[in-house]
Amino acid sequence: MMSNQTVYQFIAENQNELLQLWTDTLKELSEQESYQLTDQVYENISKEYIDILLLSVKDENAAESQISELALRAVQIGLSMKFLATALAEFWKRLYTKMNDKRLPDQESTELIWQIDRFFSPINTEIFNQYSISWEKTVSLQKIALQELSAPLIPVFENITVMPLVGTIDTERAKRIMENLLNGVVKHRSQVVLIDITGVPVVDTMVAHHIIQASEAVRLVGAKCLLAGIRPEIAQTIVNLGIDLSQVITKNTLQKGIQTALEMTDRKIVSLGE
Amino acid sequence: MNDQSCVRIMTEWDIVAARQLGRNVAKELGFGTVDQARITTAISELARNIYLYAGKGQIGIEQVADRGKKGLKIIAEDQGPGIPDIRKVMEDGFSTSGGLGAGLPGVKRLMDEFSLNSVAGEGTEIQAIKWLR
Repeated sequence: MMSNQTVYQFIAENQNELLQLWTDTLKELSEQESYQLTDQVYENISKEYIDILLLSVKDENAAESQISELALRAVQIGLSMKFLATALAEFWKRLYTKMNDKRLPDQESTELIWQIDRFFSPINTEIFNQYSISWEKTVSLQKIALQELSAPLIPVFENITVMPLVGTIDTERAKRIMENLLNGVVKHRSQVVLIDITGVPVVDTMVAHHIIQASEAVRLVGAKCLLAGIRPEIAQTIVNLGIDLSQVITKNTLQKGIQTALEMTDRKIVSLGE
Repeated sequence: MNDQSCVRIMTEWDIVAARQLGRNVAKELGFGTVDQARITTAISELARNIYLYAGKGQIGIEQVADRGKKGLKIIAEDQGPGIPDIRKVMEDGFSTSGGLGAGLPGVKRLMDEFSLNSVAGEGTEIQAIKWLR
């Protein structure tokens, strides 16, 4: 009967050889992918992994923090989960072949497989866990960054505010546009708000519907809504779709929109004579 | 160049992916900016219908040729609840979700050819073609 120490001892005794094996495994697999990484990177990853394997027996906590570091690094250099999974499984197989090179009888080699599995499973699971945690963190940070960009309101003149919209409008963002618009109208005491859609790639019925609703809500709080930045191709698709925007004042550029807004509040921009 | 590609619609962001794919293919085929906008808007409507009413489905973009003409075909498929009254959904202003009700009749006007196949309880397939002039 082999003890839990067998695998550990084997790894400890054959450290250098295993490091080579691991690095080779990574390099071989990376040829199928299009990673532009130096051999040094693979060597470092291999070394770190073997350190973790050895550490996991002695000091579990230290190993855990190293695992999360390794996973974070893998995310940063852009190794895919698929690559990582294949590499870990491949290393495992090669290690087994090495440990079983004396061709143990069936009973014992099965036992050996179990030993290795028991040794590796928790570590590998933790690597994947940390990997996905790092990913989720990146995604949620980007979500926050996107939300900050989603619906800014800029007071340009007294009583005139502009909301420039760039990018796709989804349900979440449409809600935000409505909220910010109404809050802004009240906060800045706006009489006219301009929504600029120059940067919105597609205006379909949903986007149009939200714009109509927003302008109706703005009207209800006592201000007027101007739609600026309608490109010619967007104008044509709106007509094709049969959307009625006649309740909203529209202008093709933000500049014209601001001029109109100034006129609506009885002002205009004049150039100073010499 | 791939003749047919497909985007699965499961979340709201897949609508953007489908649109992007459509725009790229339209650009490659040589459609002008107005037609590109028409095609992407049509894809947007069809993909949103899948997302809203069927939950999941797929949008296929295909290049087609007929008697020397080249064109782009959109195939929207889902296994959703189907459309009980097709004549009604093709009317302007009809909507079951509080929208504008311009989606399907709008797509028909945006594209050159349009066909709708739907069996209640089994799903819907919509095909629409825009020809390159």
